[in-house]
Amino acid sequence: MANPREAIKEDSMILQKEMLANLFKELGNTKETGKKVVYTFVPGNLTELILSFDMLPVYPEINALQSGMRKKSAAYIREAEKLGFSEDVCTYVKCDIGMMLNGNIGPTGESIPPPDLLLLSYTGCFTFMKWFENLERLYPGVPIAMLHTPYQEDGQITSDQVEYMVKQLKEEVIPKMEMVAGKKLDMQRLSNMMSKSAEAEDLLVKILETAKNKPSPIDAYFAGVYYIGPIFTAFRGTDEAVNYYKELYKEVEQRLKLGLGPITPEGELKEEKFRLVVEGPPNWTNFREFWKIFYDMGAVIVASSYTKVGGVYDLGFRHNPNEPLESLAKYCMGCYTNMNLPQRVNFLADYIKDYQADGFLINSIKSCNSFSAGQLMMMREIEKRMEVPVGFIESDLVDPRYFSYANIKNRLESYFQMLEQRKIIMTQEAETA
Amino acid sequence: MRQLNEILEECSVQAFDLQFNKARSWKQESDGRVLVGYLPIYFPREIVHALNGLAVGILGTGDRKQIIKGDAYYQSYICHLPRGIVEMALDSSLLEFDGFIFPAICDCIRNLSGMFKLADKGKFQRYFDYPQNFNPTIGGRFYRHEIQKIIDDIQSINGATLDFEKLNHSIGLFNKNRQLIEEIYNIRQEYPWRLSAVDTYHILRAGLVIPVEEHNKILEDVIAHLHEERGEPVDNIRVVITGSFCEQPPVGLIKSIEMAGCYIVDDDYMLGSRWIQGDVPDNTDDPLGALVNAFLTQSTFSSAIYDIDNSKGRKLVERVKSRNAEGVIFSAASFCDPALLDRPDLQKVCDASGIPNINFQYHENTGQFKVIKEQAGTFSDSIKLWA
Repeated sequence: MANPREAIKEDSMILQKEMLANLFKELGNTKETGKKVVYTFVPGNLTELILSFDMLPVYPEINALQSGMRKKSAAYIREAEKLGFSEDVCTYVKCDIGMMLNGNIGPTGESIPPPDLLLLSYTGCFTFMKWFENLERLYPGVPIAMLHTPYQEDGQITSDQVEYMVKQLKEEVIPKMEMVAGKKLDMQRLSNMMSKSAEAEDLLVKILETAKNKPSPIDAYFAGVYYIGPIFTAFRGTDEAVNYYKELYKEVEQRLKLGLGPITPEGELKEEKFRLVVEGPPNWTNFREFWKIFYDMGAVIVASSYTKVGGVYDLGFRHNPNEPLESLAKYCMGCYTNMNLPQRVNFLADYIKDYQADGFLINSIKSCNSFSAGQLMMMREIEKRMEVPVGFIESDLVDPRYFSYANIKNRLESYFQMLEQRKIIMTQEAETA
Repeated sequence: MRQLNEILEECSVQAFDLQFNKARSWKQESDGRVLVGYLPIYFPREIVHALNGLAVGILGTGDRKQIIKGDAYYQSYICHLPRGIVEMALDSSLLEFDGFIFPAICDCIRNLSGMFKLADKGKFQRYFDYPQNFNPTIGGRFYRHEIQKIIDDIQSINGATLDFEKLNHSIGLFNKNRQLIEEIYNIRQEYPWRLSAVDTYHILRAGLVIPVEEHNKILEDVIAHLHEERGEPVDNIRVVITGSFCEQPPVGLIKSIEMAGCYIVDDDYMLGSRWIQGDVPDNTDDPLGALVNAFLTQSTFSSAIYDIDNSKGRKLVERVKSRNAEGVIFSAASFCDPALLDRPDLQKVCDASGIPNINFQYHENTGQFKVIKEQAGTFSDSIKLWA
């Protein structure tokens, strides 16, 4: 396997790095500042609500993926397996538990403080609930608030569901947050944050939609996971997030004007050979090598479902300052993995059409049934409807035992050969016609 | 009253009739009847019964059917249960079902509901979301809406009316069903040799695919037989099995545990049939409310239910003590996140309470039991010799 070169960084990447460093610094200083810490999840997160109480969010699955990228996850997972966790279960959970048992050291080398509140706003993943039951046992006595997000089983968000969620927020979640924060909810502050959320969401959609151009100025999966960082985590509803997306949009617009391809860790992609839509999360333990297989082949991911796991903004949803709580409820229910399978298939099929993709690829994750169960049927359905070549590879989120570089590369090379052949045939047919 | 062996033979056939012949015959006997398939764990079958329907438990194919097409729909790291169900859906097994209900238990079952939607199986396919909020005015209200959707689905097929008398009657029948099942478990607690774990399993599983009235009669007859001495007591230890509430173990595995020296005095194989603890009021003018309230306040402990302030570990220990059991066997299907993510904490609680325990994993079509038998045998011996 080739060693990737030092990654090339744009201004927006440096900005994001600073934002994260400041957050972890702030988390490291909570003893001095007295700021309260809330553990919660990315999909269906209530970031604006947490920030409106001046509390700091921590996302265990982000910790896990960062541990994966820093090559720490294998040891953490082994640690959890020693406690009796099966090899079969979600590796995010095991990595997180292993990390906590090893001092809960964050990516900046500082210890992440224990939670003052466990906020389980679980969306689109049943395992989140089990995860929090385990966290509650690791942090006995810490208050825990549960927000049950109904699934979009009928393919829509109903008024009854919104009412159920708002009632939970008003009567159970917010009172617990008020108790922990020692202050009352400031609805005006929350509303103001929602305006900023919507502004950042507008910008994110504009950025992601630039991939409709040929060549695409962005990779909406491998680079996309960085683009979603601030808005999916601790910064939605803040000026920092708005500034970050303004900067990022400026960079992307510039590349678009110049007709340039996406920036990869080894510089700009010179030739866009294949445009793909990808379903499923990426592998984190070998992220760079995984990405390299694609850019070496000139493959650009023009749209992906994973970058919608913390909010599907391109379908029109925006946080609404005029109805903050209803808006939070709709946001939680609207996240990608909370959509039913027919919705997901329609969504991906639209992507293939709107982004003029040459193919559809699934990276199926061993750990994540929320994504993986049913993917083979989704793939058949998309192949049937869209008549594009489909591909299927398998890996894991943070368990390196399930990332087989040679196997994945081999499968992808075969897939790209198929795409190549198809292009040749289609060109010949067009010329004949 | 029929002979016990005759009843047991019938139950063993019904329990694994993957063509659901009894349910299909029942439907054909009269116009307006509907068949509603439901997956593990729990669904309030009273609702379907009161709407002139039969709720039929679909627990997978076990080791009774070769899976060919179903395997093409699932990756190797997903549990076995949905493969068999897809296989059944793609052949003729489920053709006469009017609708399907997928209770909220895990992401696999949830996404299977979407696969049934994509494949357009039945006239309706419902993911049935349990509330994870147990406040009657919040979670209770939500749950009522969830049930109402099923009522609307069935009524749109057969136009049945749902009045409180009918629903009260249905609740009464299922109350009786649960009482009779508990009576069998109580008798087995005292005299586990009178009815084997496998026979018990067949009797309960048969109850998921036949009308409750017939099942109640079977249970009554079985209980009458069990009041007579039968079989020979042997020097087995007494264990509680936990973790097998969804994908079912092969019958050979249950038999192996017992043959290895363990009387299974309680288990969660047919957890859905025993979900509600105690009776649901059956004489109110709001029977739907009674069912909702029963779920919120009388549910058993389960990996599918958020357990903060309602510890599963504590309840498992209580179950072990109340059944006078000597150990726990954690027996979970491979790749079952709910059971396997609960297991370490439950083991810890058992350890802290001095309850010996072992664990293993299985698939519904596991064919080799030697290792499990040796493990269970050693467990039994260790308790007999050293506890």
